[in-house]
Amino acid sequence: MRIGKLLILLVALLVAYGILITVAELPPYGMPDNPVHNQVSERYINEAVEDTGVLNMVTAIVLDYRAYDTMFETIVLFTATLAVVITLKTSKREESGK
Amino acid sequence: MRDFILKRVAAIILPFICTYGFYVILHGHVSPGGSFAGGIIVGLSFIAFSTIYGIEKGRARLPETVLTWTESFGTLWYGIMGMVGITKGAPFLANKLAGIDLGVPGTLSSGGLISLIGLGVGIRVASTIVTLFFTMMEEKS
Repeated sequence: MRIGKLLILLVALLVAYGILITVAELPPYGMPDNPVHNQVSERYINEAVEDTGVLNMVTAIVLDYRAYDTMFETIVLFTATLAVVITLKTSKREESGK
Repeated sequence: MRDFILKRVAAIILPFICTYGFYVILHGHVSPGGSFAGGIIVGLSFIAFSTIYGIEKGRARLPETVLTWTESFGTLWYGIMGMVGITKGAPFLANKLAGIDLGVPGTLSSGGLISLIGLGVGIRVASTIVTLFFTMMEEKS
């Protein structure tokens, strides 16, 4: 029993150590040469108007570059509504039966 | 709610809110905003109407068949718009690749399929919000 608890503590400390090491290795926030500022965002910023003919870059990404994502997002909305309606809706026949 | 002032103010303001929602949907590719935000505004105008005037009057304004059809065909409309690319020999949901005229950036007719897809998504979001509201309100009673 005592050994098991010590083992759990050891594993938790190891995981915490790993997480802290990872956080310490992260690049500073908002610097221009961070790895997130790669060729993808560069391409969106420079050629969104030419590629899609749309001035609002968010719309260009959501409805053109990432159109598949938005399509399945609407399917997620549909599924959520379906689940809520199935769970909560009381049909008229059921009400009159009671 | 049986407040006279609230009803009169809502009767003046709500049509403008609904129109503004459609404006945000249709201008999603020109100005800030978009189909999701505009759909929420349209749905909010219907929710405010049925909160102030009572759920039965809101139901009468927006019958269940309308909600069912917009709910189901919003997603299908997205798929149909994607098929336009396939009929022109381009990938699914292609816009510029399918050779559609993109127009002058900044005008309302620019963007090819984007504004049409956005209209479908906006109506879809509005009907989702209103359906959730109606279902939850009726479950309580």
